[in-house]
Formats: sequence, structure tokens, C-alpha cells
Amino acid sequence: MGLRLAVETLTARAIGALSRAGGRGGGTTVPGKVLWKVDPAAVDALAARLPDGVVAVSATNGKTTTTAMAAEILGADRQLAWNRAGANLLSGIASALVAGRGADLGLFEIDEGALPEALARTRPRVVALGNLFRDQLDRYGELEIVAERWRAAIAGLPATTALVVNADDPLVADLSDGRVGAVRFGLDDPRQARAGLQHAADSKYCLRCGAPYEYAAVYVGHLGDYRCPQCDHHRPELDIAVRDIELRGLRASRFRLVAPAGDTEIELALPGLYNVYNAAAAAALSLAMGASLEDVRLGLERFSAAFGRFERIPAGGKSVVLLLIKNPAGANEVVRTLEIGVPPVLVVALNDSIADGQDVSWIWDVDFEPLLEHVGLVIATGERAAELGLRMTYGGLSRDRLEVVPSLEEALDRGLSLVEAGTELVVLPTYTAMLALRGILADRGAVQPYWEDRRT
Amino acid sequence: MKVRVAHLYPEYLNIYADRGNIAVLTRRAALRGHTLEVHAIGVGNSLEPSVYDLVYVGGGQDREQALIAPDLAAKGEALRAAHARGVAMLAVCGGYQLLGRGYRGRDGSFMPGAGLFAHETVAGETRMIGDVLLDCELEPGDRQQIAGFENHAGRTVLDPGAEPLGRVVYGFGNDGASGLEGCRLGRALGTYLHGPLLPRNPWLADWLLAQALAHASGGEAPELGPLTDELEAAAFRVAASRARKRGGRR
Repeated sequence: MGLRLAVETLTARAIGALSRAGGRGGGTTVPGKVLWKVDPAAVDALAARLPDGVVAVSATNGKTTTTAMAAEILGADRQLAWNRAGANLLSGIASALVAGRGADLGLFEIDEGALPEALARTRPRVVALGNLFRDQLDRYGELEIVAERWRAAIAGLPATTALVVNADDPLVADLSDGRVGAVRFGLDDPRQARAGLQHAADSKYCLRCGAPYEYAAVYVGHLGDYRCPQCDHHRPELDIAVRDIELRGLRASRFRLVAPAGDTEIELALPGLYNVYNAAAAAALSLAMGASLEDVRLGLERFSAAFGRFERIPAGGKSVVLLLIKNPAGANEVVRTLEIGVPPVLVVALNDSIADGQDVSWIWDVDFEPLLEHVGLVIATGERAAELGLRMTYGGLSRDRLEVVPSLEEALDRGLSLVEAGTELVVLPTYTAMLALRGILADRGAVQPYWEDRRT
Repeated sequence: MKVRVAHLYPEYLNIYADRGNIAVLTRRAALRGHTLEVHAIGVGNSLEPSVYDLVYVGGGQDREQALIAPDLAAKGEALRAAHARGVAMLAVCGGYQLLGRGYRGRDGSFMPGAGLFAHETVAGETRMIGDVLLDCELEPGDRQQIAGFENHAGRTVLDPGAEPLGRVVYGFGNDGASGLEGCRLGRALGTYLHGPLLPRNPWLADWLLAQALAHASGGEAPELGPLTDELEAAAFRVAASRARKRGGRR
């Protein structure tokens, strides 16, 4: 490390400590922001010093969970520089690099918009790309624009970088077209297919000719086994396939991972097909990093939940389950998971800060309807509680089964007061609402503040 | 009474929760004893001008818009004929652009529109994104406000004499310069505002519904009985305060 870099990182670390001491949240991005401002090239230098290199993960949905799963697999015998709390802009990556002094491997989830610059600076050994769904159009722009920027960034990667893509997403799979050594993963179990594309499905028209794709199986959103009836553009061959999937209610799933190195059965302590996708991505990128199938199985089976994503937090003899929602595709999967056992009381929290998306129109694209038929009561909360309440009532929820409680803390307490002892309150928050709710529970001592989380 | 709605290209133009607008119209009609019957009209389907009481066109991403634009332009004559018969219309964002004369891309290309509204759209370099508040007066003396969200790169310029939907209080509007938003031509409304538009602007939903009922009955637009609209009012207040706080500036 050069003297200048050493001084800068020391300064940044001191600021991180000050930020935590001052109670200003986790200090997860503050030191990185400073370093990033003072000397952006420090990110390049710090990343270049990691002996095992860098793994980069991006996607609209699942990047925090995928990265946390990969941390469980790859971190078993390595020190990680990892942005575990989801601070996924360059400043957050800078912070993780500063905090992870002496780390062997950099493991970063990266914001879709920040990916090109992050790739150029950190020169990853493995880049794993999960999916592109419509998300925060006010912030990211349209899907095709994001994909084009990704394409240019990938073209700039050296041949030694391994590219891992989700073959089931036409737009993402296409990014690997012609790239030597690319690894394509996907699901291969038509028994788990949805009846058809959902209302909010994206990328459903052929990338080559514009005709609607035909799907042998739709798994999540527009992800699946597609083929264009007009020009035959189709899902590429899977290098890593997930077969024989069993979804076990709200608690778990089981599947068989089929890779060139062999097969393995995996028990995952998380529900939902979307988490099977996350596990497949984590497995594929770990295998590309040289992990064994057994490392992958052990890591995934140890994994419980990522920050705010199906996280269970005890709260006075009851528990709170936080299921982050942030865009139609992700929220639809959460709804689909809950359909198995609709909770009697559901708290849904909608904020509209920049990190949530200032444009809240996406809630109208979520198919809440299957829940609304059976749920006893919905408590709508957050800055846009009224808007959310409208979404629910126009979706068929009768007014007597809706409470609009803008204060997150009051809504949480109201919900907790209504669920029986020993049971759980299901809460669907947007990103900043999740942080705030977690903060409220942390103040009550129910959960560790996120910067003190320890991996188990 | 039955209100027949032609929803154009719902498979392609649905980016900003356009079905929220349809859900609002459906429910507000039902609460007054009317039935909304929504027909999806896709590429290649004919649009019979005499069959529908309301035409709805939503917004899409650029790629989807380009895929349906030629078909929509080909439906121009039918749309103009329907409008002349008194059919109500609501076009949002991309649909609003494509009901004009056309869209000029940054490369100089021109995508012809349906030619209903007297306006033309030119692609701009930056997107105009944010909460919007409008003043408007669709019926003389009846001053109302609309709160919504805009996200568009196109700058739409109304021909001299063309009537806007409203005047921008906070936000960018049609072009970020004129202070005008949307277009109103008789019973047809076009606007950049989504959010979606109708849930938090229930008076506008009722106005459209009344126009559609007028066409259905062949008579005057009826007075629709008031609904509680307590959540609608609360959602409007929050959206309007957002526009005040952080809407784009002209």
C-alpha cells in the first residue's frame, strides 16, 4: 500500500468509527463516501490488493441474498471484504474495502446503475448477473438502457473474468452471447412453472425479432424456458441446472443442483422459487471461484436469511418476519410465497424515499389480490400509507379489513397486538421502511444493529 | 348501464400501472350501479368506432412503444371517428405522445402517431422525472387540481390554440417550458401523469366516467353521486405535498 492510500484508508476507518460512535447508523457508507470523494482510484488500488480477487453480483432482485449465500460458501475459509448491509454503490464498496483490511476476497453486491464503473474499477474475477425487472424507473430508466450499459461494461472485461448469467432471463442471458467460458444457470423443473406470464412481466418480446416468446415454463416474472416461435431465439443450454424442486411452505425448499462436476441435493432454509434462483446464482459463482459442490451444499444449507430478506426477529414472545418488497416482480414472489398460508394480519409499509423509488405506481403492478381474498386485516403504513390503502381497497379489500396507520412504529405495535403469542407478524416493507422497522426493533434490543451482525 | 372500454395494447403499454386506472374506473362505475366491460385491443385487432364508450391507452417502454406504434398510427382514422362520435378517451405518457402527430427521435427519425391531438413530440436529452401538481378547469368555473408523477424524455409541444389538460403548479409538464401539461380535446384527455393518475384524483375518474356514460346513453353527462373518498383525499394530499416539496421546476 502506498503511503497516500494508507493515510486515506486510516482516515476513512476513523470516520467510520466516529460515525458509529455518533449513532449515525452503521457507518456502512460514510467512510467510503469520504474515500470515494478524496480519491476514487483508491477503490482500484484496494481491490487490486485482494489476493483472491473480487466477485461482483448484480441483479434487480436477489443481489443481497445471493451475495450473502456466496459469503456463506466462499467465506468458510477466507476473510471477506463484503458489503453485507446492501450499501451497493461505489461508496459502499469503498467502505467494505476499507473495513475489510487483510481480507482475501472482495464480495460485492452492486447496484445496477453502478455496475459499469464498479466493474471497471474492481476488475472482478467473477461477475454474476441475476435478472432485470422493471424497478424504480424514476431512478434507473428503462430495462433496455440498463442492459445496454451492462453490455458495454462486460465487453470491457478481460477474458480472464468469468461471466455467470441467469439463462432464464432473455435480456441477461443475451449478455453472455459469444463470451467464451460464460456459465449459464437456470431452473429446469416444469412442475414448478406458473400458469403463465404475470401482468407485470417484462422482456416478453423476442430480443431479436420482437415476436412474443413462447414459454415451456415460466418460473418467476419473465424468467423461464423461452423460445421465439418466429426466429427461434431461445434459452441457451444450461451449464448449471436446478431440478427436482420441492417448496416446503414458508420455511424451506429442497432441490437438486446439476453441475458439470456432478449433482448434489440441497436443503435451503428459505421459501420461494426466487430464493432457489438466488441459491443457483450463488452456487454458480462459487463453482466459478473454484469451490467444490460439497462447499456449495454446506454453505447453502448453513444459510438462514440476509438482511431484511425473510429475516425473523423476536419481539416479546412473538416474532416479526420482514420480507422486503421493492418492485412488482419481487413483491409478486413474496405474495406467491405467502399464498401457501395467508397470515391473519399483514403489515405492508410503503415509503417513497430515493432508495424506495419516489414513484410509487409500482404497487399497482403487484398482484396483491390472492392475499386480499383471505387475509383478515391489512395494516397499511409508511409515508405513502394512504396510497397503499387505496391499492388494497381497489384490489377488493373491504374497508373494514384495512387500517391505515402512517407511523411505522404504531403500525408495528398494532400488528403485534393482534397476533397471538408464539406466532409471527408478517411485515412487507420497502427498503427504507425495512431499515426503520429494523431500527425500531434494534432499539428494543430485539435485533443487533446491522453493522454489528455476525455471520453464524 | 354498461360502459364499454377499449383498452389499447394492454400487453405492451402497461409500464406505469395503467391497470390501476382501469381498476378505479371499474369500481367507481360499479358503486353507481354501472358495469364496465373492458376489451383488450391488440396489434392487428380492429377498433370499431361505434362500439366503445371509452378508449384507454397507457404508456410503455421505448421498445414496446416502437413495436405498437405503426399499428396505432393505422388506427388513427378509427380513433378520430370515435372521438367525433363523442367517445371519451384517456391516454397516458407514451399513449399520449402517440395520439399526437408523431414523435421525432434524437436521430431525426419520425414515428407517426394517430393524429388525434394537435401536438408533436421531440425526444429530449434529459428525462423529466418527478411529482407534479396541476390546476385545471375541465368544466367552466369548476377549478380542480391533479396530482401525479411524470417520467418522460419527450417534449410535447401543443399547436397554437390546442387546449392543455392543465397548468403546471409544480413539475415539468409537456415540455418543461410552457407551463402546460397534457392535452384536452372535447371528451379526450392526454397526459404525462401516471402514478397511476385516477386513484388519487377521483373527481377526474368521475368526469371521465360521466363522459363515457354520456356516450353510452346518447344523452348528457350524468351527475354521479358522491363517494366517501377519504383515502383518495389523503393520498392526493400526500402526493400534492410531494410535488410542492420536490417536483421538477419549470
